[in-house]
Amino acid sequence: MAKITFITSDGNTTIVEGSTGSVMELAVQNKIKGIDGDCGGVCSCATCHVHVNPEQWDKTGAPDELENDMLEFDDNVSEYSRLSCQMKVSEDLDGLILTVAK
Amino acid sequence: MEKSKISDPFKKARLEKGIGEMNDQNDPVTMVLGHKDVRKCAHNWKTFQSGGEEVGRIVVPSEVHIRDTRQIPFEVDPPEHKGYRDIVEPWFKRPLEAKYQENLSQIINNVVDEALSKETIEVVEEFALKLQSRALTILLNVPPEKADLWISWGTHVFRSEDTALDSSKANILYDYIDAELDKAIANPGNDLYSVLLASENNGTKLTKEEAKGVMILTFAGGRDTVINAVTNSIAYFAEHPQALERLRDEPEIMNTAIEELIRYFSPLTQMGRVVTEDTQVCEHALKAQSRISMCWASANRDERVFEKANEVVLDRKVNPHVAFGFGTHNCLGATHARQIMRILLTVLTQKVKSMEILDCEENIENLDEFKRKVGFDSIQVKFNKL
Ligand code: FES
Repeated sequence: MAKITFITSDGNTTIVEGSTGSVMELAVQNKIKGIDGDCGGVCSCATCHVHVNPEQWDKTGAPDELENDMLEFDDNVSEYSRLSCQMKVSEDLDGLILTVAK
Repeated sequence: MEKSKISDPFKKARLEKGIGEMNDQNDPVTMVLGHKDVRKCAHNWKTFQSGGEEVGRIVVPSEVHIRDTRQIPFEVDPPEHKGYRDIVEPWFKRPLEAKYQENLSQIINNVVDEALSKETIEVVEEFALKLQSRALTILLNVPPEKADLWISWGTHVFRSEDTALDSSKANILYDYIDAELDKAIANPGNDLYSVLLASENNGTKLTKEEAKGVMILTFAGGRDTVINAVTNSIAYFAEHPQALERLRDEPEIMNTAIEELIRYFSPLTQMGRVVTEDTQVCEHALKAQSRISMCWASANRDERVFEKANEVVLDRKVNPHVAFGFGTHNCLGATHARQIMRILLTVLTQKVKSMEILDCEENIENLDEFKRKVGFDSIQVKFNKL
């Protein structure tokens, strides 16, 4: 089980729990505002963009090349940007805090 | 295995020059071919504009001579683009609702049942066009009978057989939309026409012309593209029964399979932009006021991004395709299109054992330097029950 916190653009904080699938899927199941997951998680739409809490960057690790190329063209990209469909839910992510990108 | 194959005519030019050249009604187009360059241009809406003065110029072949109505939000750039997009976006996300999917499923089950009940069927006119038109009634939220007229227009309503563009044919659609909008003005309902006419952008009601712009986009953007995606899917599964078998056994790969087929088919080959300042792409100089196109079909076969780019890999996990475009102007109808694919593939796995292609005629786009197969003009198929 991993507990993951999402902070949405309206300032709301939601804590959700999961053990399988991607972080995007977990967010969509829990109707987290701003995570649409249009492409179903194949790294083609960027509607699952989140900013990782900088102190927890080690937990998630950096995006790989194809994910990075996708983020490069996103207007709200930060040093701590990830596509949440490319992150697998696991114990390692327990306690993670993500801010949903606008 | 050859009939369902969609080849990549852009490979050599993509690797050697990164661009291609196409003359279109004496308004040449520089085709951008590489994945990275395509995304870069799509992202840069200031230099590569959609909302210029000349309506219809970003479409290839150009519609400058056959259309005066600006398609919305398609031919509007930021910041105005956002106001329009915000109006239409929730409506075009309705395909995520259960009721919508139920209705769509009914339609798709019916066309598949009909195909199974016949000896053979011509898939473009009798299957894909019907499916697409009936599905559109759900997207517009209008009575199902409305599809009968759209089906009777045939597949060549926007193009005639020999010339790429035909204004008398295009006018059939524009006049129809005018008349439907007038009815909605007189008698507002819950359909897209009425919803648009009641919408406000920055406190002002949309004009009839603006609503018409959205409706033209909805009709035109989703016709050939959906028909090609559906027809190519049938051809693919006819020649790859083991792929249909696999989807039956592993429904969990449905999502990656859909995205992969859409990448492979790339139902819309390219989309244009007007260059606003002297610039360059792939070391190729571009003059202000000239045209480029972003060739989605080429980008989707870029070997620098996709391993086994010319193969259909149904469980391709990372698939940053641009078949629905990229950036600000990405496809508004993508949610609807993805649901059509999802339900079509599901129904095929539930009802169809196999399919055989008996005869077909390919639809080849002539892009000067390149000839690209985008689908079929006709394809006769026998459907076998499970
Ligand atoms: S869901 Fe589409 S890129 Fe993550």
